[in-house]
Amino acid sequence: MPRALIKLPSTAKRGEIIEIKTLISHEMETGFRHSSTGAPIARDIITNFVATWNGEEIFSARLFPAIAANPFITFHTIATESGTIEFRWTGDNGYSASEQVKITVE
Amino acid sequence: MSRAAHFRSALPRRCWRATLAAGVLAAAASMGAAPRAADIPLAERRSSYVDMSAATRAMQDDDAANPASLWVLDGETLWRAKPASGPACADCHGEATASMRGVAARYPAWDAKQKTAIDLEARINICRVEKQDATELPPESKDLLALTAYLARQSRGLAIAIADPRLDAVIAAGRQLFERRQGQLNLACANCHDDNWGRKLAGNVVPQAHPTGYPIYRLEWQTLGSLQRRLRNCLVGMRAESYAFGAPELIALETYLLWRARGMPIESPAVRP
Repeated sequence: MPRALIKLPSTAKRGEIIEIKTLISHEMETGFRHSSTGAPIARDIITNFVATWNGEEIFSARLFPAIAANPFITFHTIATESGTIEFRWTGDNGYSASEQVKITVE
Repeated sequence: MSRAAHFRSALPRRCWRATLAAGVLAAAASMGAAPRAADIPLAERRSSYVDMSAATRAMQDDDAANPASLWVLDGETLWRAKPASGPACADCHGEATASMRGVAARYPAWDAKQKTAIDLEARINICRVEKQDATELPPESKDLLALTAYLARQSRGLAIAIADPRLDAVIAAGRQLFERRQGQLNLACANCHDDNWGRKLAGNVVPQAHPTGYPIYRLEWQTLGSLQRRLRNCLVGMRAESYAFGAPELIALETYLLWRARGMPIESPAVRP
């Protein structure tokens, strides 16, 4: 099971800039390596990351083979309204993981 | 002047590579009369945390950025998970935050049954076999690393406490291995970590080799790894033959190194470059 760690403030003032940190466990196999017998190891990476705030996209990123294992993505956004921030990672071999975090905006 | 002191003072830093080569040649010429490395004075000991870049230090300090946290979370799940054959770790030991506080600081510890030192990984596997009727977890497997990281995390900030007198013989054996020249480069661990710590080798600062943060998330490995993996890595770098996982030599080295770092605070799980 993929494991993700999200860190963001549970409450924020309206208009405040908040920092969101995300960390997810993933091997990020580049596709450029070979096994000990010389067979190529197929690429297996996370390719997309999207964060939505009450359904509205606030941040997205495309990931490539040069990104290290267990991608750590951090970004800033402006607190607008109370609700749920959803994070979704998708990638090779039908990989999909998501997390939801509630935030209260006063 | 001791040879070690001569090595340190007489040569400019920039010719370290040439120095190493010359040192290896000189050592080969004077084999048998190899100088004993001086111990690092207790007050001068430091974690290699201080040699890391600000970015890597920040990564270790913030649990939300430290990738080893992922293993700690997995370890907590495993701690509570009931294996098919027996009780969960938590069924006997309760909450790890209380019952396991300070345990990792005492490992490697003496095992009365095996009459030798065992490390935390071995202790976990003994518990699995004897109490949970489950199979041993293979070395460096994700589950074993996760459980070790979870236990080690409970001792973060505590001082390493290797003080059991029954370990004295194991510590002595470890010291002997640490100071013995071996491999094609004819180097002892002590040649770098006692004599030349703080200087550079291939662009990296030579650490004092105090294992304060194991298991570590090593950026080069892109994953978590044990002290035994790190030691095997070092032996390859010395072009010596690595000992197998769980070999008495590795346990002796681990015990000696932890004793050498006694009193230093535990950082587990640490990040290293």
